Amino acid sequence: MPALPLDDAGPYVAGAYLVFLGLILAYVAIMAGKLARIAREIDALSSLPEPPGPDARPAPAVHAPAADAEVRA
Amino acid sequence: MRMFSRGLHSLSIVTAVALTGSFALVFFYAPNDADQGFIQKIFYLHVPMAIVALGGFVAGAWYAIRYLRTRDRAYDLRSYVAIHLSIILGLGVLATGSIWAKASWGHWWVWDEPTLVSFLIVFLLFCTYQPLRFSIEDPERQARYAAVFAIVGGAFVPINFLAVRLAEALTHPRVLSATGGSMPGSMRLTFLVSLVSMTLLFVTLWKYELLSKQVSAQLRTLRRRLGDDGSVPAARPS
Repeated sequence: MPALPLDDAGPYVAGAYLVFLGLILAYVAIMAGKLARIAREIDALSSLPEPPGPDARPAPAVHAPAADAEVRA
Repeated sequence: MRMFSRGLHSLSIVTAVALTGSFALVFFYAPNDADQGFIQKIFYLHVPMAIVALGGFVAGAWYAIRYLRTRDRAYDLRSYVAIHLSIILGLGVLATGSIWAKASWGHWWVWDEPTLVSFLIVFLLFCTYQPLRFSIEDPERQARYAAVFAIVGGAFVPINFLAVRLAEALTHPRVLSATGGSMPGSMRLTFLVSLVSMTLLFVTLWKYELLSKQVSAQLRTLRRRLGDDGSVPAARPS
């Protein structure tokens, strides 16, 4: 098949690379949105009052093991 | 959380450098193809993306097997994220392939070509993974059914690859051949760097998404501990 001249091929090549860039950027933007929501929830949890007194039973550390990692969309 | 975040910062930097380097090689080092000319530059994006996407489906199947053997939910999460990312890359493969096809063959899609149609079948098969998964409410059943689906779909990838090899090539060239596609050294080096950088991108995004999912899971655990209704009090204005 004959080679396309640069003027004709350029927009196609640019389009393909822009599609890739757009996909990655869209993915990163969605992930950033989710992380922002997580940060807001952590802020909300951080603003809760401290547990009362030293006699209060300390809450167990929250390090959810991977076994609890239920998959959500 | 440390499990998925380990080395993520340095991995991100390496990925960014590798991607930039591969694009520089594509446009400033690799020669124009004698047959196709400048349009062949899409090859260095399209083919690595296809290989990594298919590899991601197989990785999803591998982690699904590990899940079924160990019942460790971390493997289920890894399988899910690998398949999710592969679907995104698969979308990129179809889009870049269509653009290349339009430029080279004059058509956006050729239904007679086994390579194209087989990839579309694998892609559409895995597109049904998420609806299937989230149509099941019980987390245990959800993970088990999704694992079985991922294994069947993952097994379909190498079978499909062999079937395409055995079929007659019409328009789409066979890239992974014994002769290496008859590429000269500079093109082969550029292709290999592109493949490595695409793999690094996949692993980096995979680890980021795993980390995000795990932090979300920890938040849900916290919410459950805070109250039976699972509600988090609204943040106070500062």
